[in-house]
Amino acid sequence: MKWSEFFTSSVGKKLVMALSGLFLISFLVVHVGINACIYADIFDDSDNGEIFNKAAHFMGAYYVIRIIEVGLFVGFFIHIIQGYVLEVKNRAKRNIGYKVPMGSKGSRWYSKSMGLLGTLILLFLVIHISHFWVPSRVTHTLEPVNYGTPTEYHNLYARMYHTFQQGWVVIVYVLGCISLAWHLLHGFQAAFRTLGVSNTKYIALARGAGAAFSIIVPLLFALMPISMYFNWVDLN
Amino acid sequence: MEHYTMNLTLKVWRQKNSQDKGRFETYEVKNISSEMSFLEMFDVLNEQLIAEGKDPIAFDHDCREGICGMCSMYINGRPHGPWQHNTVCQLHMRAYKDGDTIVVEPWRAKAFPVIKDLVVDRSAFDRIIQAGGYISVNTGNAVDANAIPIEKEKADAAFAAAACIGCGACVAACKNSSAMLFLSAKVSHLALLPQGEPERKTRVLNMVAQMDKEGFGSCTFTEACEAVCPKGISVTNISRLNKEYLVAGLTEDKR
Ligand code: HEM
Ligand code: SF4
Ligand code: FES
Repeated sequence: MKWSEFFTSSVGKKLVMALSGLFLISFLVVHVGINACIYADIFDDSDNGEIFNKAAHFMGAYYVIRIIEVGLFVGFFIHIIQGYVLEVKNRAKRNIGYKVPMGSKGSRWYSKSMGLLGTLILLFLVIHISHFWVPSRVTHTLEPVNYGTPTEYHNLYARMYHTFQQGWVVIVYVLGCISLAWHLLHGFQAAFRTLGVSNTKYIALARGAGAAFSIIVPLLFALMPISMYFNWVDLN
Repeated sequence: MEHYTMNLTLKVWRQKNSQDKGRFETYEVKNISSEMSFLEMFDVLNEQLIAEGKDPIAFDHDCREGICGMCSMYINGRPHGPWQHNTVCQLHMRAYKDGDTIVVEPWRAKAFPVIKDLVVDRSAFDRIIQAGGYISVNTGNAVDANAIPIEKEKADAAFAAAACIGCGACVAACKNSSAMLFLSAKVSHLALLPQGEPERKTRVLNMVAQMDKEGFGSCTFTEACEAVCPKGISVTNISRLNKEYLVAGLTEDKR
């Protein structure tokens, strides 16, 4: 079988979705790990984002990581384009709809709403990238800060703190995290089944791990804007 | 359960032929016995239409005992009606009560075009089977049935998959009009048995290619198919189909 046939078949297209989705999940692990460094301020009020700024600096300063970042954009691009292609093509397979729709009988609403949830995540991503990635990597408009050494760091923490003083931003971020949670609750386990995991023992494992991941990771993210808004994590 | 009779309002999809646009017609049926099957209720309605000099409603059926897979009605928003693990022919009128309104539609999918009224063309399934849903057996003496040992668990799983009657309810229920539950049942049934081994890879590749050609969608694991399948075919088979396809697709050479 030719590669072109393989990847354009209905199963091959889903394989691309699953692999790109799992790649994005691995990115979330790194992303949430680094950002969770802001919580250091809860335990040490003099931290003011020092640990976080240093970790973020590491992510921006080395070429290897900048190259991985390009891979990340490619991953998002593939996942989003393929997601829309599948969504539109699949829906077009029924040209005349039912008078009485099936609704969610027998399935969970979020498993039928991956396109919608993905779109909400995409909208959130645009806002999110313009908040942090653009000033940090493109326009370089972040204030500098140093911690007693000659090395200058971007004060991404201060940027976060100021951004999250606006109530509407906090709400948008929380909604983004909720969309992500539902998207993952279906996507995480579906990806493994797309990859051919048919042993029910492992399907149960994927479901369990997926549920835990979909709750913990979006919750850790959502608490960031919330805790800065309420000054549990602050700048002094 | 006690016997009772009921009067019902039916809203049925009527379409003269594949070119006709089609529309819903409303019919009243009276004194329907709770002991009748859903199809018998349709027989009563058709007798009534014939007596009035009208065209009876075309619908598919054959065995009327839940084994052939011909009956195919989408009733009040669910293929095969409200009961679990059930075909329309085995749906009984005791599922309804006096005064109910029932909406009956054909399977809806581009790959299953309406021929007339509630009858759809499901020959796409036949072509998928022709593409690989078989084993090739050389002529000669019949081999002893017990010559090849098969693990009990595998035989059971193969048998459970082989229970698929090819009705198409899975396609009708799926938001993507995907035929993956059907296909996965057919592929699993043979992939689990030693008899299916020689054609294992070409089978799955050819059957998926045919499925795509027929215009069915891809599987996104909403599991609506399993919920409506009269034979309780498990979506686990779809994972197995994916595995079979990925292994075959990655290892088979260019052809
Ligand atoms: C961090 C962000 C994201 C992660 C971790 C993620 C993860 C996943 C995973 C694991 C799947 C399951 C694949 C499968 O069923 O085999 C999936 C499916 C899907 N994703 Fe995402 N996704 C993300 C963002 C997005 C975005 C921005 C879109 C934009 C449109 C999107 C659209 C979709 C769609 C439509 C599906 C369903 C495709 C299908 O099952 O046919 N996702 N995602
Ligand atoms: S898998 Fe179930 S619903 Fe689909 S064709 Fe077979 S018996 Fe019918
Ligand atoms: S008529 Fe044969 S299964 Fe219903």
